[in-house]
Amino acid sequence: MRINRIAAKKLQTEPKEVDLSLIDSLIKKYKGKNGNLIPILQGIQAIYRYLPESALRKISDETGHKLSDIYGVATFYAQFRLNPVGKNIIKVCHGTACHVQDAKNITTALKEHLKIEDGQTTPDGLFTLESVACLGCCSLAPVMMIGDDTFGKLSGKSAVKVIRDIKKKENN
Amino acid sequence: MEKLKLIVGMGSCGIAAGAGKVFDKIKYLQNNEQLDIDLDQTSCVGMCYREPLVEIIDNNISYLYGGIDEEKVEELIEHHQKFHLPIKELVVKTEEFKTIDNEFTDSQVKIALRNCGYINPERIEEYIANNGYKAITKIAENSLSQEQIIQNIIDSGLRGRGGGGFLTGLKWRFANNNKNAEKYIICNADEGDPGAFMDRSVLEGDPHSVIEGMIIGAYAIGANDGVIYCRAEYPLAIKRLNIALAQAREKGFLGKNICGIKNFNLDIHVKEGAGAFVCGEETALIASVEGERGMPRKRPPFPAASGLWKKPTNINNVETFANIPWIIFNGAKEYAKYGTEKSKGTKVFALTGKINRGGLVEVPMGITIKDIIYKLGGGIQNGKKFKAVQLGGPSGGCIPAYLDDTIVDYDSVNATGAIMGSGGMVVMDESTCMVDMARFFLDFTQKESCGKCTFCRIGTKRMLEILTRITEGEGKEGDIEKLEELSYQIKDSSLCGLGQTAPNPVLTTIKYFRNEYEAHIRDKKCPAKSCTKLLTYEVISENCTGCTICAVNCPTNAIDGGKKTIHFIRQDACIKCGACLTKCNFDAIKIS
Ligand SMILES: Cc1cc2nc3c(=O)[nH]c(=O)nc-3n(C[C@H](O)[C@H](O)[C@H](O)COP(=O)(O)O)c2cc1C
Ligand code: FES
Repeated sequence: MRINRIAAKKLQTEPKEVDLSLIDSLIKKYKGKNGNLIPILQGIQAIYRYLPESALRKISDETGHKLSDIYGVATFYAQFRLNPVGKNIIKVCHGTACHVQDAKNITTALKEHLKIEDGQTTPDGLFTLESVACLGCCSLAPVMMIGDDTFGKLSGKSAVKVIRDIKKKENN
Repeated sequence: MEKLKLIVGMGSCGIAAGAGKVFDKIKYLQNNEQLDIDLDQTSCVGMCYREPLVEIIDNNISYLYGGIDEEKVEELIEHHQKFHLPIKELVVKTEEFKTIDNEFTDSQVKIALRNCGYINPERIEEYIANNGYKAITKIAENSLSQEQIIQNIIDSGLRGRGGGGFLTGLKWRFANNNKNAEKYIICNADEGDPGAFMDRSVLEGDPHSVIEGMIIGAYAIGANDGVIYCRAEYPLAIKRLNIALAQAREKGFLGKNICGIKNFNLDIHVKEGAGAFVCGEETALIASVEGERGMPRKRPPFPAASGLWKKPTNINNVETFANIPWIIFNGAKEYAKYGTEKSKGTKVFALTGKINRGGLVEVPMGITIKDIIYKLGGGIQNGKKFKAVQLGGPSGGCIPAYLDDTIVDYDSVNATGAIMGSGGMVVMDESTCMVDMARFFLDFTQKESCGKCTFCRIGTKRMLEILTRITEGEGKEGDIEKLEELSYQIKDSSLCGLGQTAPNPVLTTIKYFRNEYEAHIRDKKCPAKSCTKLLTYEVISENCTGCTICAVNCPTNAIDGGKKTIHFIRQDACIKCGACLTKCNFDAIKIS
């Protein structure tokens, strides 16, 4: 059930000051338009990469959407995040084709390597691990996507190697 | 001698396989080595198993090359410039000679995919040069009435490709009957089935065909506003749609008095979905476009009476729309030539799983499952045995190998307990556990249930618990019966298609693979050797070198044995994580 997502995504205290002036133009663009809530939230997430609580409160104050409605929509759709994410989001595909080709081995190997659970972010803020459904390259299954790069025909080992390479680059 | 022309297949799948790098390399050669060649891009032709694909046109002869990387492309260019002849081993398709990949292409009939992989989707001129926007001009020039078009679509026998299979022309008639001044036309590009990518390929490869289909639909029902609801996970599709819409506006195919048809005004916008499977259901989709939680509501009223913003609305799938211009241009009779009595035309499938040639295929209705798997798909990977094929994703079911004579049409597929669905076709071999497949799909629907109906919300959860138990060796007598009972209750008491079809994967696997369920429950065995909790890991003494790597990596210290001695796994301490199997460099761990 989609409501399950609420418990897992409790609003936590915000990491640092959120610059709310960034969303002014967004509010101006959509204010008063029918069906604007999802585009506004998508816009906020495009700016901060997640939905900061203070931004949601501001939207509620300025557009008249009830905070509870905003929260309802934000928790209904898989795209929206209520917590900050790591620099690199690892999306491991668990679509049907990838499942048949043992995608769970990829997630297990990455969980072990990064020492985090699915959906969590590493303490250094470098990686967030996520499961997604079908990235649309089923013929390359099992697949994962990091940023705009897609990696196919993976094994647990090769997936971990990709992560190691990124870490190396980040540390240089 | 004409200039060489290179065309790189830049669909999402091609880019994932490395097409972007190949494209950049050719560009680099063009710029830095002053190579006198033309470079262009197209989208996916469906041969995903051969990506990245590069087409070289040499002296007006086209050669499509597969499996091309940055090195090979340089070699190809050099070879063609020198000899003007192909490197035969790498050719997957040409008019000049046959290749083994002809089996993949020859049984296909491309209507919805007519331009995918052949034109540059970002240039409207190329679409127009391939009979694009000729259907809407034909309507304008011959002053075809709304009724004539609707009748034409009914005569073609086209049924909705989004899964329901409802006669498209009839749906249009309902929307047309309503004489409200404001109406909407919506294209459903939410493509939720996790393992299918037909709609994405069409949007990426030929966005104008969908737009023209929507324009014709809007004219037929009298709509003046259009929405394409596309999932946000398809950034390339969204980008190309927006490019195409801007071009169509510029050329006057969108806007006021389109093609000179008086008072026919239409604009179309893209709405990005935000990730919820249930939003593929039409009433939930409408709620989502309105900016709400995507909860389905009771029908009637159907969208044709009261849809988006309470106005009459017609919703069709991407592939449905892509067929429309072809039907209007070539005639209903031509379309109805393909297919069976009650299922006309062609259907696009995303062929994936344990198949040799995975990709996108468009086949005439009436072809057998066997032909798709063996002729087009080239059989099962690694010479394993074909076990079953899953149609229709989480709403569908599986068809076992012994029914591979089943023909692909709505009624024959329904008779097996599966559904035609939107076109996901996942092939499974002997190493796929059917109980685990059922669990996989139920896990998906359980998470995606919007929570409105009790049986769908809680029933799927209980079913998932039972299935998880069975795959973990905790199954009990009576579990199968309980699953069946819950299935029928969920089907009967759910409001929307999600709940009504969620039990299908379970029911069909029980129907055709009951023995596998029983093996899990009674013998605590997984015949496909896939459910990890039911496996035993053992050391093969002949292969063990005593390197200790398994023992070091065992998280529970369940492996005994020192350096240079044969190791031994204590079953009571083993948690079956498989770490020893993946770490062993000498193939000395076996599972049974
Ligand atoms: C849970 C659920 C998910 C659906 N997902 C999709 C989808 O992703 N794409 C789609 O075109 N239709 C989907 N449908 C079917 C639509 O409700 C609708 O029937 C279809 O878009 C109508 O278009 P058609 O007549 O051209 O098939 C879904 C239905 C249900 C119940
Ligand atoms: S199922 Fe993983 S890419 Fe399609």
